[in-house]
Amino acid sequence: MSGKLKGAEIFIECLKKEGVKHLFGIPGGAIIDLHDAIYKQKDIEFILTRHEQGAVHMADGYARSTGQVGVSLVTSGPGATNAVTGIATAYMDSIPLVVFTGQVPTHLIGNDAFQEVDIVGITRSCTKHNFLVKDVKDLAYTIKKAFYIARTGRPGPVLVDIPKDVQTASCEFEYPDAIHLRSYNPTYHGNPKQIKKVAKVIEQAERPLLYIGGGVITSNAHKEVLELAERLQIPAFTTLMGIGAFPADHPLSLGMAGMHGTYKANMAIQYCDLLISIGARFDDRITGKVSEFAPNAQVVHIDIDPTSISKNIKVDYPIVGDAKLVLKELLSILKDNNKIHQNRKKWLDLIKKWDSEHPLSYEDSDKVIKPQYVIQLLNKLTKELDPIVSTEVGQHQMWVAQFYNFNKPRRFLTSGGLGTMGFGFPAGIGASFANPDKQVFVIAGDGSFQMNLQELAVLATYKLQTKVIILNNSYLGMVRQWQQLFYGRRYANTNIEVQPDFVKLSESYGIIAKRVEDKKDVEQALTELINYNGPYVLDIKIEREENVYPMVPGGAPLSEMILT
Amino acid sequence: MKRIFSVIVENEAGVLSRIANLFSARGYNIESLNVAPINELNLSRMTIVTEGDENILEQIGKQLNKLIDTIKVIEYSDDVPYVEREMALIKMHTDSSTRAEILRIVDIFRGKIVDVSQNSYTIEVTGSSEKINAILNLLEPLGIKEIARTGKVAMSRESKQ
Ligand SMILES: Cc1ncc(C[n+]2csc(CCOP(=O)(O)OP(=O)(O)O)c2C)c(N)n1
Ligand SMILES: [Mg+2]
Repeated sequence: MSGKLKGAEIFIECLKKEGVKHLFGIPGGAIIDLHDAIYKQKDIEFILTRHEQGAVHMADGYARSTGQVGVSLVTSGPGATNAVTGIATAYMDSIPLVVFTGQVPTHLIGNDAFQEVDIVGITRSCTKHNFLVKDVKDLAYTIKKAFYIARTGRPGPVLVDIPKDVQTASCEFEYPDAIHLRSYNPTYHGNPKQIKKVAKVIEQAERPLLYIGGGVITSNAHKEVLELAERLQIPAFTTLMGIGAFPADHPLSLGMAGMHGTYKANMAIQYCDLLISIGARFDDRITGKVSEFAPNAQVVHIDIDPTSISKNIKVDYPIVGDAKLVLKELLSILKDNNKIHQNRKKWLDLIKKWDSEHPLSYEDSDKVIKPQYVIQLLNKLTKELDPIVSTEVGQHQMWVAQFYNFNKPRRFLTSGGLGTMGFGFPAGIGASFANPDKQVFVIAGDGSFQMNLQELAVLATYKLQTKVIILNNSYLGMVRQWQQLFYGRRYANTNIEVQPDFVKLSESYGIIAKRVEDKKDVEQALTELINYNGPYVLDIKIEREENVYPMVPGGAPLSEMILT
Repeated sequence: MKRIFSVIVENEAGVLSRIANLFSARGYNIESLNVAPINELNLSRMTIVTEGDENILEQIGKQLNKLIDTIKVIEYSDDVPYVEREMALIKMHTDSSTRAEILRIVDIFRGKIVDVSQNSYTIEVTGSSEKINAILNLLEPLGIKEIARTGKVAMSRESKQ
């Protein structure tokens, strides 16, 4: 016996070297050897989920809330295909994941063997990169590459497919300390000449505006963004993914822009003369009608991914690089003098005027529970706790984005790019594993919650501080809103009144749960949920036909907002 | 606009499908695609002829670069003078009435007859795609049986100074 290890043991050693503490997934024939190796060690905890989609979203929530790589392990065939939605969700939001899939033995690959799918082929367009490991000698280096690719540059999910015979074969184990790929070298430092030019343009702009995307969170550049905004008195809006990258309570904050953005943010985009985009990608949910987007502005675009630049709109000053490094360099040469501040007053006053004309608002009621009221109240009651808030997808997601004030990054977890119903609950659980001392609130729609509620079993097992608040309108509300506004109120297939009793359902898992139907009980119920030490599900029956406003209809310019 | 890209890639399993997938997933056209290993350790060179407006071509270049297996992307344009060649094999029906004419055409185009049978010639011809189109036009009425074209390969010209 020399220093040879089996593939399964190598797998464990590599994960330890990468500092992995939690693995999410479900076992199966093609990864039973890996599970046997997991059983024999204590450093890595395996979290047994009830569906592979839940597992990948948990790894994703783990990653979003910490910035570390989330890791999932699923079996071949159906295990792998179940994971695909989770992988695509992470891909669209640039979240670092490594997903391991079991595969049939190498000699059976291509034979339509039992539980064989070509998962590398299936996930080619929704992973940053993927690998099939054909030889145990390549296993350690491939895992090293997978983690490296997942977390560097523009992060993303990487899939590693490990055939069963590779898990059982043996070889010497050696884990490389450093890695160099001749074909992969992200650009981190921006072009200094271009940064100088941009500094000039920023100093000269009369109505500059910061456009803050999720890349600011990824690159940990929120402090630099704030410094830039404050020193030059530049107002800032965020995208959905950028929420938390700029403090919502800050006087220069305009909130979120786009389809359900604030009036002031969307108007500021249409009137600014310089738009400084950092770590964002001009998604159609932000731009509205592209040809009428920011018609008066020159555009600066700082992004680590060259393909994001000038993809949807023409950029005047592109800078490819890491947001934090580029901003540091920019801040070191920017001059901020009183003249700039004086000029800014007019611009900030105009924004103030827009804000006072059409602030974010809703018509409250004593008869029914308004969802916005619930979120505002939760915001008030939990401010001091600095919690993590995870959402599903739909109207409730937008109400959280609008009415919960996030002042720090990595506190708001939401599926932005793919808009995956069923993301929020497992992602919240994943965040709880990564942040055991923090409260995690999952704001769920009744429809979305039903897409992954099997993960209540994980909550029940681990008694996490994950608190689920269902904003229950018994509708696929966001789609119903479109039907109401644009399809003559024909509510085709959006009424979901037939649904489980979420309270009894939770209780059947041994989880405390309660229902609220009366506005006067909301505060008491929220307080109880917040103070409860352990998982809790609160089903709040809200006004069924409440809409999210403002709203820019799909394809319309940002200036054409429906306000109420 | 037509554009030729040369892409130097790691000669890894699946790299061709990553590139093909990129084009189909993003709705780009591939007019021709040619791949073969090159001298250096474990590298392949692909030549892709594609079409699109300036924006799309710019995106294609960037997207090709973004693939983890891509080492280098060369984009040929007026600023980057280049030579391009394509090879075709053309199998012709022949009989006593056409043989002489076929040979004459092949000669003009500096092609070669690489295989002969009772009633067929197989012709090899190399040149720009236009040249190959031209010979095909002339041969067409004489009875083409089968055509195989490689698609373009390209390389930048060295500066003459
Ligand atoms: C997996 C998936 N299927 C379908 C959709 C389309 N979709 C977007 S929002 C929505 C309704 C969500 O309903 P619910 O979770 O109850 O949230 P609400 O809008 O009522 O707050 C649907 C069906 C989606 N985003 N994801
Ligand atoms: Mg609903």
